[in-house]
Amino acid sequence: MSTTTTYRTCPRSGLQFESQAEKLMIANAVAAVVFLLIGGILAVGVVLTRWPAVHWLQADTFYQVLTAHGIDMLIFWIIFFEIAVLYFCSSTLLRCRLATPRIAWLAFALMLIGAVTNNVAVYQGSSSVMMTSYVPMMAAPAFYLGLILFAVGALIGCFVFLGTLVIAKRDKTYQGSVPLVTFGAVVACIIAVFTITSGAIILIPTFLMSVGIVKEVDPLVYRTIWWAFGHSSQQINVAAHISIWYAIAAIAFGAKPMSERVSRGAFLLYILFLQLASAHHLLADPGLSTAWKVVNTSYFMYFAVLASMIHGLTIPGAIEVAQRQKGYTKGLFEWLRKAPWGNPVFSGMFISLIGFGFLGGISGVMMGTEQLNMIIHNTIYVPGHFHATVVVGTTLSFMALTYFLIPVLFRREMINPGLAKLQPYLFGLSMYFFCLVMMGAGTLGVSRRHWDMAFSGSAMAYEWPGAAYLMMGLVGIAGIAAITGGAIYIYITVGSILWGKRLDKGAESAKFTPIPPTAPSAVVQSYGSMGFAAPGTFALAMVFLVAFVLYYFINWKYLSTLWGMS
Amino acid sequence: MSAILPPSERLWWKHPLDRVEGTWIAIALVWCLIMFAMMVGWHVYGKQNLSTETYRTKPDMFAAKAQAVVDKYTVRTETDDKIPVVHPPEGSDVYLIARLWAWWPILELEKGKTYRLHLTSMDYNHGFSLQPANINIQVVPGYEHVVTVTPNQAGSFSVVCNEYCGINHHTMVSRLYVK
Ligand code: HEM
Ligand SMILES: [Cu+2]
Ligand SMILES: [Cu+2]
Repeated sequence: MSTTTTYRTCPRSGLQFESQAEKLMIANAVAAVVFLLIGGILAVGVVLTRWPAVHWLQADTFYQVLTAHGIDMLIFWIIFFEIAVLYFCSSTLLRCRLATPRIAWLAFALMLIGAVTNNVAVYQGSSSVMMTSYVPMMAAPAFYLGLILFAVGALIGCFVFLGTLVIAKRDKTYQGSVPLVTFGAVVACIIAVFTITSGAIILIPTFLMSVGIVKEVDPLVYRTIWWAFGHSSQQINVAAHISIWYAIAAIAFGAKPMSERVSRGAFLLYILFLQLASAHHLLADPGLSTAWKVVNTSYFMYFAVLASMIHGLTIPGAIEVAQRQKGYTKGLFEWLRKAPWGNPVFSGMFISLIGFGFLGGISGVMMGTEQLNMIIHNTIYVPGHFHATVVVGTTLSFMALTYFLIPVLFRREMINPGLAKLQPYLFGLSMYFFCLVMMGAGTLGVSRRHWDMAFSGSAMAYEWPGAAYLMMGLVGIAGIAAITGGAIYIYITVGSILWGKRLDKGAESAKFTPIPPTAPSAVVQSYGSMGFAAPGTFALAMVFLVAFVLYYFINWKYLSTLWGMS
Repeated sequence: MSAILPPSERLWWKHPLDRVEGTWIAIALVWCLIMFAMMVGWHVYGKQNLSTETYRTKPDMFAAKAQAVVDKYTVRTETDDKIPVVHPPEGSDVYLIARLWAWWPILELEKGKTYRLHLTSMDYNHGFSLQPANINIQVVPGYEHVVTVTPNQAGSFSVVCNEYCGINHHTMVSRLYVK
């Protein structure tokens, strides 16, 4: 089958875009940003209601808005963007045409219809069941149907990606192995296929139950399989945003991976172990054996944690090596001080990396420990943790990548670069604070998904300590600051696409230009032949480790003071 | 030779690693093993482990057992709804029902004594959140979860529902006394 298409080489970046793939990337990315906008508007309602002094929305509206916020952000914004990233990592990085563009448009249409259907169901009011939709609490059939359509679309998108890899191989557009970033995208895609299958296994019977065909779905089975979907989808995000970190390190510094073996090996650990970590959502549940919990959360999860700890070192390490080669060799940290902090592509990526590791990573491992889970389960600590992973980690990385893509993919000069410079700091740092105070409130016990911490209307209201109210007030303030940061991102992105100065398309041709083979590195290296190439990064890693160890044991100390339980 | 280009060494798994990487991987691996040992070790030496003793149950079955304990050991009632306060003997089976949107009955336990606390839900998922101690357990309908508890502090505690369970979720809060 020969489709007529054209390839253009972007004059700024040297990347080659195939015209079909380019249109699909733009469509998916634009849809993503629209859902980020909706989710962000909903976040205003969520955060102003959880701020005790404001307590804005009524209970029913709050739960409705919270359901939509979770789904629009976590599922629609992120997955639309990920599909664009998958197409970028295959067609663009491998310089080949996209497999079956028509089917890719079908995937896009299904995702869009699904997302709209689900949103409409939530706004109609009888589907305020939260994104987890634990049975036997039921939503309207359209709620599940929308999610299923969306998932089918995303699954098709994954296969288009895989098909594109086949085309690149067949057309010999590159030699040897795929680039590391594409490798990471393959990992994300494989996890996505597993994830979406789990989602289908549980959402289809639930949909049938909502229309009355299936009589019952067991609540515990639902939770177990739902989390095989809900947790693994976070692994897609991790694999995707870590690939983006590597990509940005390469784009901004020309950094090459310190060791392909280590970085790819760490990605493989994700496939082998991450999806099995779903267990940590069920640590406070009845019915699951201790052995199952321990095996899944420690043996399997810790290999995945190990993988993330490796990426956390190798990415800044690669940057450090590249910077030192440019002559920034003074002391431990000159390479970091002289990094392009004014470039939002870099600053966004670095703020994301640090926040993901220190806030998201450490809190996640603490929560995922079988016994420690009892002191945070279902408290607002949990959203504190995952806003550090999906917002600081994934969302901010996607934002940083967007700043790179505006001139390259959308071919527009960025409007207001001064504001763009500021955006990652405002969004990222206020999110850091937001996550910290949520975790603080959660440590004091404050519940998540809870409309009124004053328990109005109850005869036996519990009086939260004053510190809990203070923390929730700070959640409100930090949340509004973060939303402002998010609004600036949308303003810059949409504004640039609409009004930015049009940029040159670059040379077009009817045929792809294969990637020239890379020259083998000058010296044949063996273990440690570079010496100790990234001492500054190693020092940062040790700071991380100390913070991790201290925080971990402080929580055990607190646990040991509690009621005896066995 | 960058992360967005194919690696120059065709066999990427033969690409050597730097000493920084090797050292960090070793440290991180040791730390993961320590964390693994903590979790397992706490089951042996620690005092706070969530039991996994669970039975399938039905709302009427569980309600009947809870009612029997209430009939036997109620010491007084509280609030306008006359919720019974149950003071069960040491070592006995104690039942706590979660339903839209209340906990029933109120428990009165004694410090340093051990009880078998049975939890279930009559309808949706609920969350047992004991405050201010901050002990949190998921309550799943259809499953009777038996948790052995030994309160180590006297005082008045609250049981907050911290799993979203519908419009009046925020009113689902009760007490638990330890003498
Ligand atoms: C931009 C600023 C944002 C603010 C201020 C914000 C605020 C909040 C708050 C306060 C909650 C917890 C409410 C509760 O449990 O009572 C929440 C829940 C949540 N947020 Fe955000 N959020 C923001 C952005 C995001 C983004 C970008 C994502 C995903 C990429 C996200 C995903 C979620 C999810 C999945 C939930 C859980 C919903 C549930 O419990 O079902 N949020 N958000
Ligand atoms: Cu409840
Ligand atoms: Cu509740």
